[in-house]
Amino acid sequence: MAEVTLTIDNKEIKAEEGMTVIEAARNAGIDIPSFCHHEHLEPYTACRICLVEIEAKGRTDLHTACSYPVAENLVVTTKTDEIIEIRRTLLEMMLSHAPDSRDVRALAEEYGAEKDRFAKESSFCIHCALCVRYCAEVKKKYAVGFVGSGTSREISFNPEIASKECWDCRECFELCPTEALQTAYLFTEALTSSSTPFEFEFKEE
Amino acid sequence: MPRIKSPEELENVRQDILSRRDPNKSCISICAGTGCLALGAGEVIAAFQSEIEKQGLHAEVDTRSAGCPGLCERGPLVVIYPEEICYVEVSPEDVEEIVSQTVVGKKAVERLLYTDPNTDEQIVHVYEIPFFKNQKRLLIDDNMKIDPRNIEDYLAIGGYSALAKVLNTMSPEKVTEETIQSGLRGRSGSGFPAGKKWKFCRGSEADIRYVICNCHEGDPGAFADRRVIEANPHNVLEGMIIGAYAIGASEAYVFVGDEFPQTVENIYKAIEQAEEYGFVGENILGSGFDLTLKVSIDGGGYVLGESTALMASMEGKVGEPRTKYDHATDKGFWAKPTVLNNLQTWANVPIIINHGAAWYSDIGTESSSGTRVFSISGKVKNTGMVEVPMGMTLREVVFDICGGIIGDKKFKAIEVGGPMGGFVPESLLDLQVDYEELDKVGLAMGPSLIVLDEDTCIVDMVKYFLNFLAKESCGKCTPCRDGLRHMINILNRISEGRGRKEDLDLLELIAKVQKKAALCALGQGASDPLLSTLKHFRDEYEAHIEEKSCPGCICKALSAASSGANA
Repeated sequence: MAEVTLTIDNKEIKAEEGMTVIEAARNAGIDIPSFCHHEHLEPYTACRICLVEIEAKGRTDLHTACSYPVAENLVVTTKTDEIIEIRRTLLEMMLSHAPDSRDVRALAEEYGAEKDRFAKESSFCIHCALCVRYCAEVKKKYAVGFVGSGTSREISFNPEIASKECWDCRECFELCPTEALQTAYLFTEALTSSSTPFEFEFKEE
Repeated sequence: MPRIKSPEELENVRQDILSRRDPNKSCISICAGTGCLALGAGEVIAAFQSEIEKQGLHAEVDTRSAGCPGLCERGPLVVIYPEEICYVEVSPEDVEEIVSQTVVGKKAVERLLYTDPNTDEQIVHVYEIPFFKNQKRLLIDDNMKIDPRNIEDYLAIGGYSALAKVLNTMSPEKVTEETIQSGLRGRSGSGFPAGKKWKFCRGSEADIRYVICNCHEGDPGAFADRRVIEANPHNVLEGMIIGAYAIGASEAYVFVGDEFPQTVENIYKAIEQAEEYGFVGENILGSGFDLTLKVSIDGGGYVLGESTALMASMEGKVGEPRTKYDHATDKGFWAKPTVLNNLQTWANVPIIINHGAAWYSDIGTESSSGTRVFSISGKVKNTGMVEVPMGMTLREVVFDICGGIIGDKKFKAIEVGGPMGGFVPESLLDLQVDYEELDKVGLAMGPSLIVLDEDTCIVDMVKYFLNFLAKESCGKCTPCRDGLRHMINILNRISEGRGRKEDLDLLELIAKVQKKAALCALGQGASDPLLSTLKHFRDEYEAHIEEKSCPGCICKALSAASSGANA
């Protein structure tokens, strides 16, 4: 792998071609926050918390660090007033779902996010899809996926698969930044005994 | 029909078709577009056929189930050729009189003529009706002259001659150059120059290249795109085949939703006929150029109009947008070089080839050439499908083409560009239909125009669009999904009289973050209707919040209060 040199927050760092900006930054001890990034999973770019400013080929734009590939001479700034405002607002939206999530609250404190700016809707889930992607990409079981679209999107276990696969696995539980996953699983467990059919949308990337 | 093997053979086939047609023979053309069919055109067509049979006229009179000419408000529409007498709102009961009086007696049936809503003047000929006369119709003018399911009708008006010209006399590079010179820009909104896109794609090294025609149309109030291809599918296919030749693509797809069965059926039928005649398949017109052309039915979600979601859907994956750093012209469908253009972009290509780039670029403005077909709905006297030259003002579209506002009420706004567009107030009505001019005020070249009168509540309209997106967004990224949820929450409380002073700032903050942080164009544009109204109709929001009144008398919780105040 060829080595490239880039600048992150005024620090010159070396990274291997094929890495993403978030990996390169974390290797160099620079933390870029994210909820949907996971080193063993494909980039998902959904939580948008890892947005950073990237200057490449004379253009400066916001990009998700979890997906942007490193390249020679990239100039990355991980925190600007604009980025702080975006992260703060997104965190406030996440707090409206998961006000007690430790991970969300820790970051919210750092960015001065207000807990009550937005009306509460305690679904607990912040849609990072770590569980969905882990089950699909690593375990290849597709036991948990998303149902609904838009503002009604939510995670749901497929009872048929879950009743066979999840009891001995449950590896996704510790990935969840909130309590949502456990709740959904318990709900599914209850459902499997009644064998109620319901629609399920497979998640494939 | 054996496959046509050369441009000369095509001309022979065309002459043969024309020799069997007498231009002076009577033809009753009935619009069989989705709108007229919904208004009962199917029964009208059947009534004409049996009446002609009854009167023993089938040797002297033809009937045609034609493509939609656009005056949907007044359907079912009938045009009698060769005189071009136009009848509106025709029912099966009118048929006998039309055949006896007009077709046989050559006299107009006055009660069925179009009456101009502004002058009360009765108009006999289709070409004299202001709705048609004031348009610039490049793509849709022949619709009443062709049955979309009969390729002979398209050949009779010169169809596939552009393809023959291209394959016979032009190199792929020359076709691309001609398209660049014409100034043709993508009709989907962003307006990227079509020829340049083709050039990039051709320049990408690959064993296979793809061409996709985007017929996905799901905006509220939008029906122009699907109506254009439904009415004249061969024109779009011809454009795609020419484009595929220019790009070096060997497979082409029409991406279309099956919510409109009429449109899909017409496309399938047209592809079948084009294959039969040899306009697609192997060795097209003996040129050595091969192309397969297929239909890809979309999953029905609005977000599939977004290019990455569209291609994911075509590959059988979940139709969600994804972050990509490659252009589709390098890595698109199945990660191969792909050109995705809107169907109206493709439809312009045969016209450019036939008339030349210089002729085409003279139409419209300096930076935006040609025309755009819009669907126009709402509170105008004539709704339907209209084709306007770039550079025409919105005022001309609303008043000169569509006849102004119903009941001569006051104009309030025109919504341009659908759920990711915006509302244009009276003060900006002289805005030109032009990519740059629209962009200057934050609008995009979408397929729909919706006209609102004084009895509309802007807050209510914005809520409608946001609720539409809340359902149609894929819900993948936080700013789009949650941003929409909170914007709707806030607007709900404003329209229920519980609005707070700080709400407008909060709406602007959410919109700002959504615009910068959302994953795809849908999320980035989702707040555009809101932002445009906060700019141009801020007083309406303030009336809801501060005076607890709804100026349009629409918001139920507030209407009583406001009418009380007026009394």
